[in-house]
This record gives sequence, C-alpha cells and structure tokens, in this order.
Amino acid sequence: MKRVVKIVINQTLKTKNKSNVKKTPMTKSNWVEKIPSNLWVLISLVVAIFIWTILSIIPNTSRSFPNIFYVSESVVTMMQRGVFWSDIASSLISVLVGFLIGFVISLPVAVLMAWYRPIRFIIEPWIQFVRNIPPLAYVPLVVISAGVGRTPQIIVITIATFLTMSITIYQGVRNIDPTLIKAARVLGAKDKDIFLKVIAPASLPFIMTAIRLGTAIGLTSLIAAESTGASAGLGMRIRALNNTFEASPMLLYIIVIGVIGLIFERLVKLLERRLTGWQEKRE
Amino acid sequence: MAGEERVVKLKIDNVRKVYNSQNGEVIALNGVSLDIYENEFITVVGPSGCGKSTLLNIIAGLEKTTSGKVFCDDQEIMDTGTERGVVFQQYALFPWLTVLGNVKFGLSLQGMKKEKADEIAMKYIRMVDLEDFVNSYPKELSGGMKQRVAIARAYAANPSVLLMDEPFGALDAQTRTQLQEELLHTWEKEQKTCFFITHDVDEAIILGQRVIIMSARPGRIKEVVDINIPYPRSQETKITPEFLEAKNYIWSQVYKEYLEVRK
Ligand SMILES: Nc1ncnc2c1ncn2[C@@H]1O[C@H](COP(=O)(O)OP(=O)(O)OP(=O)(O)O)[C@@H](O)[C@H]1O
Ligand SMILES: [Mg+2]
Repeated sequence: MKRVVKIVINQTLKTKNKSNVKKTPMTKSNWVEKIPSNLWVLISLVVAIFIWTILSIIPNTSRSFPNIFYVSESVVTMMQRGVFWSDIASSLISVLVGFLIGFVISLPVAVLMAWYRPIRFIIEPWIQFVRNIPPLAYVPLVVISAGVGRTPQIIVITIATFLTMSITIYQGVRNIDPTLIKAARVLGAKDKDIFLKVIAPASLPFIMTAIRLGTAIGLTSLIAAESTGASAGLGMRIRALNNTFEASPMLLYIIVIGVIGLIFERLVKLLERRLTGWQEKRE
Repeated sequence: MAGEERVVKLKIDNVRKVYNSQNGEVIALNGVSLDIYENEFITVVGPSGCGKSTLLNIIAGLEKTTSGKVFCDDQEIMDTGTERGVVFQQYALFPWLTVLGNVKFGLSLQGMKKEKADEIAMKYIRMVDLEDFVNSYPKELSGGMKQRVAIARAYAANPSVLLMDEPFGALDAQTRTQLQEELLHTWEKEQKTCFFITHDVDEAIILGQRVIIMSARPGRIKEVVDINIPYPRSQETKITPEFLEAKNYIWSQVYKEYLEVRK
C-alpha cells in the first residue's frame, strides 16, 4: 500500500516540476478544467474504492478494511436485525435537535458578546476554555445529572455545537465593517434599524458558516454523545459492533456517518447560495 | 457672488478634538473655526493626519467635539441627521442590497412608500448613468460605479449638505476626472452645500469655490483660498492661468505643511 501512495506522490511531483519548467500553467489548468466537476467527483470515488480494494487485499489492513462487497452486504444484515434505519433516525434526531438548540442559544449569546463588552469579557474565556475539551471527556458528568437516554445525547451535542457556533457568529458580528453602520446612521437609521437592516444581513454569511461548522461538529461529537448509554444510534452501534469484532457493518456505519455529513454540507451550501449570493467570492 | 446676501449653512466654532489612544493624547483638531455658506462648494486639503476626516465626522454627527460647537442651520449638531449626507472613501455600499436597494435605503428608512422611493431612487440612478445596473449587487460593479452608487444614495436622501471624504481617492485618474465632472454637473443642477476632502490639489481647485488648507499637529485651518474661476468648469479649466496660479500657490503651501509633518 505504501508503495502505491509513493508512486502517486512521485507522479504528481513530476507533473508539477514539468509544468514549472515549461512555465505554462495555462495549458496545465486547461485539461483540469476540461473535465466537468461531476466527473471529478466520480474519478475521486473510483480512486477511493480502488485504494479501499487494495487495503482489503493487503494482509496487514484487510481486517480493518473488509471487501466492498461484504460491506455492502452488511446493509442487509443490519436491516434484518432491524436496526439500520432506527440507528440512522436516532442519530439524526440527536444531532439535529442538539444542533438546533445550540444554534438558538448561540445567536443571542453571540450578539450580546459583540454588543456588550462586560458580557464578552466574562463569557468569552469560558467558551474558549471549554471549546478545547473533547466532548468525550465531559460525557460522564452529563450522565451523572441527566441520566441515560435521549437527553444526555442532546445535551452533549448542544454544548459542542453551541461553543463553536457562538464564537463563529460573534467574531462575524464584531468584524462587520463599521463604515456600513456609519453609512446607515447618516441615512437616518436608528439603533433598531441598524440591528435589523445592517447587523443582521451583514452577519448572515457568518451565521451560515456557523451552521456549517455546527452540523459538522454535531456529527463528530456523535460517538461521544451516544456513549451515554444510548439504545440506538450510529455511534452507539459502532461501539457495540466493536465488541463483536464485526468489521463490515462497522465500516458501513462509518461510511453512513460520512454520507450524512456530506448531505448536511450540500444542504447548507444550497442555503448559503440562496441567502448570501451577494457576497464577494471567496470559495 | 459679491453683493449677494449669503446665508451661513454650517458654522464651525472653535472646535477642538482630542483622542485618547494608547500612546497618549492626540490633538486631532484645535481652534478650528469656519463659516460655510449655503450651496457653497468647499474643498479641504492638508497632510495626512491633520484632522480632515475628524472634522468631517464631527459635522456629520458621527463624532463629538471635545470642546467647541458646530451648527447646521443655526441648530447645534448633536447627532447624525438626514439633512447631512456623507459619501465615504470606501464606498460603504450594503453588499446584500442591489443598486436600487442601496440608493433607496435612506428613503425606506424615512417611511416612504415603495413606489415613491423607487421612483426617486431611479431618478438618481439615471443621474449617475447606472440604469443598466439597477438590479446588480455591489460585487458586480467597478470601483467607479460603486462610488456613483454611493453618490446617488447620498443625493436620493435629499440632504442640504453633502460631506465627502476623499470619495474619488481610490479611483484611477480617468474615472476620477469623469466623476469630478459629473459631480460638478449635479451640483450645478441641484445645489447643495458641499464639503469635499481630497489629497489632490487639482481636484480641490477644479471643484471648490474655496479651498481650505489645513495644517497638522495639532490640526488647524492654515489658510482659506478663494478660487474665482466661474462655473461651469471642465478639464480645459486646468490650463487657464487662474487655475495654474492657484495650483502653484496651494501646492507650495501644502508642501510646506508636508515638510513640517516630516520633521
Ligand atoms: N478613533 C481615533 N482614535 C485615536 N486617534 C484617532 C482616531 N481617529 C483619528 N485619530 C487621530 O487623529 C488625527 C487626525 O486623523 P484624521 O483621520 O482626521 O486625519 P486625516 O486628515 O483625515 O488624514 P488622512 O488624510 O490620512 O485621511 C490622526 O493623528 C489620527 O491618528
Ligand atoms: Mg481622512
């Protein structure tokens, strides 16, 4: 496997060097652009499956990477056990509810932090402090108070998403160009107008970024959240499968989490294009 | 203009402005007094940091004086007011609004009906030649076009005083002269009291009836130069002896100030 990777790297290095020598970046980017982006996605997928297949053949890694057919087959296994859809549903509920609560709390907190300096000076250090702690560390504490079941899962995801989203939105609100506020004031805007017609739309890009980060964080804290004695869920199931050494469904579930993440991101991007298309490009 | 009864529009009375920064006090303005008449076009030049923007912001009501007062129509200026419009150097357009939305921003705030606001906004968008871009967002406009929108937006709110802080400073020479001529045209059609800051002595003379030369540390008014060149003025004005004489004089004064600052 190592050899393969090396070869790939060497080749990219070579092509890079070549183009540097020729100094024809235009022609080089041309063939890249000729291939439509959808096709690139397909190519990327094919390469990934190819590498996966190699990993499933190499003895050292084959136990962690079962063949793609086994993994596909395990969909049926998990459905027969009657857990596949309920696991997905359970995790989606926890992530979405946790994210939503986190979002609803982070909006006013972010605005208050940006608006009133005492609040910022008191709250911001807390958030920065807790933010660096992996959720898995405080899960037991949550369970002690909240017991087991859905509640602690949602609490853990709420905490994790809130921390990231509040900081992101707050930094956005703080970075709003002050001349925009001045421009509104000289046109007769009162505080209320400034909030609704300047601060709110100007923060929208940052709110969208926060939503994107929030959904991602929600998913990545799933394993931690579902270690609170959940009875279903993708994260909980992966831990359970771990005990029985069932690699195929485990890998399947990991892929499912990744796919959900991709779908979330696509949805947010769609929303972003709708709401903040006026932004200067910064892809 | 001699013999006419002139109404004082803006009265700047012994204004002092001190900023407290980490490096101690900065006296941005000291003992600044000036009467600006109704419909007069005033241009302001002076070295960087001499307090031009500070003075403009005080007139706009965006900053408070440390001592001294500023009056508009004999009313002391305490806050921003729609009778005083501002055009900023950085355009300051709302990126989430179209050209139309930007130009009618102030009108909507005043509670004007949509149709009426659209109509007035369109008039000024046509005035700055942007009717083909009514529904464009600022990101789709060039620098010169953005500044035109900013001017239209200021005009649409119908202020009697127009404060401009190096509005053409970020533009290339050609766009700049074009916008200067447009601004003069507009001003001749719809007279307003203009207070226009610039670094460019040519621009100060071609636009202004009086050029205010400011000096730095602390910011003061060093000299007020009358420009007795009749309007309409154009690019040809720049080769008349009157223009060149004024240019030489003002340039030498500004340069002296610049050397003072460098010391
Ligand atoms: N908010 C502020 N806090 C502290 N000092 C300030 C502030 N605003 C301006 N100053 C200081 O006041 C002085 C005048 O600034 P001002 O922006 O009015 O100058 P200016 O003449 O407009 O300069 P320029 O031509 O570069 O725009 C400068 O020394 C500046 O450092
Ligand atoms: Mg300035």
